[in-house]
Amino acid sequence: MSNKYIGESIKRVEDPRFIQGKGKYVANLSIPGMLHAAIKRSPYAHAVIKGIDTSKAEAMEGVVAVYVGQQMKDDGIGSLPCGFNPPDIKTAPHMPLAVDKVRHVGDGVAVVIAESPYIAYDALDLIDVQYEPLSAVIDPKKAAQPGAPQVHDEIPNNVSFHWPLGTREEINAVLASADKVIELDLVNQRLVPNAMEPRACVAQWDAFSDEMTIWTTSQNPHIIRLLLSLATMGLPENKLRVISPDVGGGFGSKIFHYAEEVIVPWASKQLGRPVKWVSTRSEAFVTDAHGRDHVTTAKLALKNDGTFLGLDVTTYANMGAYLSTFAPMIPTALYITLFSGLYKLPVIFGEAYGTMTHTVPVDAYRGAGRPEASYMLERLVDLAARELDMDPIELRRKNFIQPDEFPYQTPVAMIYDSGDYPKLFDSLEALGDYAGLKAKRDAARAEGRLVGIGISGCIEASGPAPSQVAVGLGAGVGLWESGVIRVHPTGKVSVMTGSHTHGQGHETAFAQIVADELGIPMEDVEIIHGDTGRTPFGLGTYGSRSASVGGTALAVSAGKVRDKMLKIAAHQLEVDVEDMVFDRTTGTMHVKGSPEQSKSFVDISVAALMANNLPEGVEPGLEETTFYDPSNFTFPNSAHIALIEIDRDTGQVSLLEYAAVDDVGKVINPMIVEGQLVGGIAQGVGQALWENCVYDEQGQLLSGSFMDYAMPRADGFPMLKVSRNETPSPTNPLGVKGAGEMGTIAATITVANGVMDALAPLGIRHIDIPHTPQRIWQAIQAQSNGH
Amino acid sequence: MYPPKFDYYRANSIDEAFALMGQLGDAKLLAGGHSLIPALKLRLAAPSALIDIGRIGELKGISRNGSTATIGALTTHATVAAASDLPAALTEAAGWIGDPQVRNRGTVGGNIAHADPASDLPTVLTALGATMNMRGLNGARSVSADDFFIDLFMTALGEDEILTSVDVPVDGAGTAYAKLFNPASRYAIVGVAAKVSVSGGQCTSARVALGGLTPSAVRAPSVEAALVGKALTADNIAAAAAQVGGDLDDVMGDIHASEEYRRAMAPIYVQRAVSKAAERAG
Amino acid sequence: MQSITLTVNGKSYTRDVEPRMLLVDFIRNALGLTGTNIACDTSQCGACTIHMDGMAVKSCTVLAVQADGADITTIEGLATNGHLHPMQQAFWDQHGLQCGYCTPGMIMAAAKLVENNPGITEAEIRHGLEGNLCRCTGYQNIVKAVAQAAAAGS
Repeated sequence: MSNKYIGESIKRVEDPRFIQGKGKYVANLSIPGMLHAAIKRSPYAHAVIKGIDTSKAEAMEGVVAVYVGQQMKDDGIGSLPCGFNPPDIKTAPHMPLAVDKVRHVGDGVAVVIAESPYIAYDALDLIDVQYEPLSAVIDPKKAAQPGAPQVHDEIPNNVSFHWPLGTREEINAVLASADKVIELDLVNQRLVPNAMEPRACVAQWDAFSDEMTIWTTSQNPHIIRLLLSLATMGLPENKLRVISPDVGGGFGSKIFHYAEEVIVPWASKQLGRPVKWVSTRSEAFVTDAHGRDHVTTAKLALKNDGTFLGLDVTTYANMGAYLSTFAPMIPTALYITLFSGLYKLPVIFGEAYGTMTHTVPVDAYRGAGRPEASYMLERLVDLAARELDMDPIELRRKNFIQPDEFPYQTPVAMIYDSGDYPKLFDSLEALGDYAGLKAKRDAARAEGRLVGIGISGCIEASGPAPSQVAVGLGAGVGLWESGVIRVHPTGKVSVMTGSHTHGQGHETAFAQIVADELGIPMEDVEIIHGDTGRTPFGLGTYGSRSASVGGTALAVSAGKVRDKMLKIAAHQLEVDVEDMVFDRTTGTMHVKGSPEQSKSFVDISVAALMANNLPEGVEPGLEETTFYDPSNFTFPNSAHIALIEIDRDTGQVSLLEYAAVDDVGKVINPMIVEGQLVGGIAQGVGQALWENCVYDEQGQLLSGSFMDYAMPRADGFPMLKVSRNETPSPTNPLGVKGAGEMGTIAATITVANGVMDALAPLGIRHIDIPHTPQRIWQAIQAQSNGH
Repeated sequence: MYPPKFDYYRANSIDEAFALMGQLGDAKLLAGGHSLIPALKLRLAAPSALIDIGRIGELKGISRNGSTATIGALTTHATVAAASDLPAALTEAAGWIGDPQVRNRGTVGGNIAHADPASDLPTVLTALGATMNMRGLNGARSVSADDFFIDLFMTALGEDEILTSVDVPVDGAGTAYAKLFNPASRYAIVGVAAKVSVSGGQCTSARVALGGLTPSAVRAPSVEAALVGKALTADNIAAAAAQVGGDLDDVMGDIHASEEYRRAMAPIYVQRAVSKAAERAG
Repeated sequence: MQSITLTVNGKSYTRDVEPRMLLVDFIRNALGLTGTNIACDTSQCGACTIHMDGMAVKSCTVLAVQADGADITTIEGLATNGHLHPMQQAFWDQHGLQCGYCTPGMIMAAAKLVENNPGITEAEIRHGLEGNLCRCTGYQNIVKAVAQAAAAGS
């Protein structure tokens, strides 16, 4: 089976519009008669709303309406739902505009609808909200302690859920009998996703047809439509059309159903005019769901020879003020189930408490649970190597699941599909020149410099999910994907996918798949996505699922198209279909052994239109649909290495070298995959070194703009070396695994381990991330002062 | 974000600007706008009117008179950064302000009149012994940088005055600027500018100023005193730099750098700036 | 309202604007040139970068009235006679973009960065892009694209 496109670095077909300023982002949409919304937001983390006076704002010229939460509630608008509910979860309402209380800085209390955004913002200043401020709780562990300020009456002690996996008795026995137990308390800090495109929403109510069209910056428009219908707006799905056109990055933050996606269409319906809302960056900081924010205690039990025996982890996961759409899934099904890493780890106990605080809701952010798992485990492994005085790669190798042990059942529910971890690390040692790095480090140390090598080996479960597993764990939707292939009579092909691209390059990669499967030129294939009015129900893009789930759905549909075309060709050539061959390089169908007896792709496309000479039982037309539900996740894995130097005087960190080998299975477009890996690594380095979302004790966000939230910039990186170690996934016919998150998952811990290795000669054991100059300097001072 | 409403007037000469300032009560001068417009967008400022002085030609450009370079208030950071005959500390610092796009619009006068405590130019101009030239309805006056920067966002510039230019001595002394960048904003967490003259192997004069630590840029007299009369060896520079703590009152702290950390970084960056300046003093 | 006349992508426009109108809003809304994006409030991200009188500037930090009389080029005006600018071509060739949102500003900044500097070094490119944020690419392919375009003499 030869491929013309799959496996090739085809330049992206979506790029010409982006490089010429023709991107179709929601903020670019303008409709005649369109009004503009601005939202009045709480300056307090926790306060009772005593009253809202909107009269001055309403009287302002150019202001069309001002609405408060009670009006929406009275009109039957429902709570923003949580779509992942593990057993015994406690939930509380989350109204699009707060009604009685505000629970985080940025919580919406009123909306102004005006003729221009400038006027709308002017009017915000005229809304008078009387608050009675209350004390707030910010830290996820402190929130669960007695006496902490309560976020919701419905969630006693702020504990929304407790999710254990494994048994306490079993792990206690292992800990008690182990030669060594490595213990670590750590914080995985809160991050702000900061996709470069701020969220936006435009809604147009058509009173003639009773239909609502909503353009929104979503990674999964069908899920938004479902939740609008089922939970918030209450409009029937067939009267709702949700369109996600070009979306400027998501990283998880655009999965969720946000308040503005209810406020804006509701206002449009009230006023009978289109309404537009575009988030400012300042709003994004206080409304886009944040990521991470775990407080964890972890213990790794092992033998003196380095054999891992058991792992015991307790995590307090900050859920923020409200349960965002998939929030409880992150520290549970996407976190604890990855605790086995690349290793044979016979006994694992993990538990997570999801706690409510007076902060922005926390949900999936690139990696979502898996970076937190890798960070915890790989910090412990590094500490173990240091305590045992073993080479950190040797210790990892000693505990690897071996290539002949796949499929491998871990003690934490997952069955790994494929991998070759020893070879992965062989490749890494070669690519990163491990021996050379060690020589550089040792030479630098001899000069008194602080240089370290960071190493990690990480696992990811990508491609969510088998629907049975997802729903069994508490998901409110199955996580399959749709793919439709429509062959037009001229032989051109329209492809409808429920997956969505917001940077991943689906329009190119999916066209590569379909073109190869059908043997036609890529130029003849158009990928249509992001519009519930044009595509069948689909679950969207997150969790590195697009290629393995969405791509597979298309490959299966293409197979169905081929089968049907072959039947028609066989009938017209008067041979048995078993005697026919579909030539995937040309799209022609011919009789086995007689290439001259053939029908072209267009011949059969036309034949399906004419329908005057079809085999019995074969319908006219050429359109096939697949709803593909994967049988398992795929398990990308990685080995990364970094060389780090620290300025002893200031604590500043320089990333000198970085090399990564990733197993993301088979690859459709190496250029795009490399782009995903490199971009992901940069984001992971951001968490290790710079990014930090900081609240004060009153719940004020101190890092609320790019002036205080340090984003990665071009000058923070050397050229990163990336390479791949392919072990095809047996789970899907394309053999692909997820590629979107592996870089992020691995890079944070790689750099963090490098920083800690650089500081090891000073006797410093652990510093929480981000490894800012100040934190490193403080640790150095504490050490030299003998603390 | 969107600025609040204001009236807009364009002044084509300094005299026109004064006339407008006289007519309008609560007006602000607009030069490059790279301090003012961000403040307007976040609605941290809401003047009733802006007087755009950005096109007044006589306020632009760099001229030289003997050992004094005069930098017009409307000269952009990019122009200063690219100038070949200004002290190295100044071109260095100008090249580290914001980013290329900001440097293309932001002006020297706007920057120093705004007097952000984390800004680079006040520090450098203080160390260089620069003089701020301003004009008011009652005539012109000049104020040394030492006296110009008073407090957080406060300068000696009167409400009814326009900063017209800055005089910078160009006297062959070695100068340098060392900066610990805020990783997010790229302002200075600690910025140190140094100017030293060396004769016969000894430091004959030294001016050292720090920014980012205190509400406004400050001189470090203890450090300066410890440098003068000494050979600028690494040890002597380090010993002098270690004196800096006594020159710093009211050190600020934030989420990036506590007061303790800033205080600890001060001598390190003093050392770096002085060492480089000493090299350049050759 | 204030009347302004300016040239954008070679075409002259005269419009009445509110003095507080930001140049980026003028370009996007009054002229309908939506290729120039907005991604922050604090003049940090560079998504709104355009060329104004031959210099790269952040159009979110310029008032439309300040641009009266100016000659402006936006991303829509960078290609000439249907031919991509070498920087546009390089971003495409090197996969220097993913979601595309920072791309117009990045290309506009980069085009000025390499002007008259065909031998620009990697370090100079990385430093020169300090006013532009990208969340997708990790900058690596952007750096490669800028180097390609510089070598092509853009």
